[in-house]
Amino acid sequence: MSAVKKVRGGVSVRLEAEEAALVRALMEQLLELLGQDAPGPGDELAAVGISDRTAPPDDPVLARLFPDAYQEDERAAGEFRRYTEMGLRDGKREAARTVLKTLERGREAVLDEEEAQIWLRALNDVRLALGTRLDITEEWYEEAAELDPRDPRAPMFAAYDWLTMLQESLVRAVW
Amino acid sequence: MSTAPAPVELERPDVGEDQSADRPWLAIVWNDPINLMSYVTYVFQTVFGYPRPKAEKLMLDVHHKGKAVVANGTREEMERDVEILHSYGLWATVKRDD
Repeated sequence: MSAVKKVRGGVSVRLEAEEAALVRALMEQLLELLGQDAPGPGDELAAVGISDRTAPPDDPVLARLFPDAYQEDERAAGEFRRYTEMGLRDGKREAARTVLKTLERGREAVLDEEEAQIWLRALNDVRLALGTRLDITEEWYEEAAELDPRDPRAPMFAAYDWLTMLQESLVRAVW
Repeated sequence: MSTAPAPVELERPDVGEDQSADRPWLAIVWNDPINLMSYVTYVFQTVFGYPRPKAEKLMLDVHHKGKAVVANGTREEMERDVEILHSYGLWATVKRDD
């Protein structure tokens, strides 16, 4: 069982080997999904974080991670996206990489306050990704309980449930 | 011996106060089934410097009413707030106050 506790100067996260492997796999999947936006040569706007993309992403997970900032003004939503999405993607990638790096500290990783906050954001991003794929509703817990254990979604629900618990204990520890 | 300083609320206009003339834009957070109630409260405290009771009330408004106005200000300020809320994974939008 994982354990999260407040320690001097930060938070200690102790994970079983298979739990750490799950977090690692999910962070790697998130990184893959977020892709690379490295600006090409001569792309001055991209180099300062401005892209030419104004439409919301097709992938529902990416659309959830980068929602439209204006609901009734497509043009304003597009402009906001053009100026912010690249930087937001960078931040989320950086957070996932930080989690992967701190996991190398061993079974019990002691995180400073900044790292703990980065973990919170990255764990939330993988929960948003899993939850969107599972089409999670407010009643998901009941749905998961009634799921046939042979249902291919069962392991994803179990992972989502475990991540939710981990995030809840991490919030309590950093608060 | 010393004690930890009490959390200080950043100087921001109180949501709901009538400052519509010079603060005509709103940042709105929408309910979603994934973000945890505790996490959302924590984010409101961290991003806006709101004291816990105010952050909790806003979180409960989001949860029960489907959305809540979490800040108001100039358009640029609200876009900046919404960008930060997106970095935390909250579903937030900008809207002109009407």
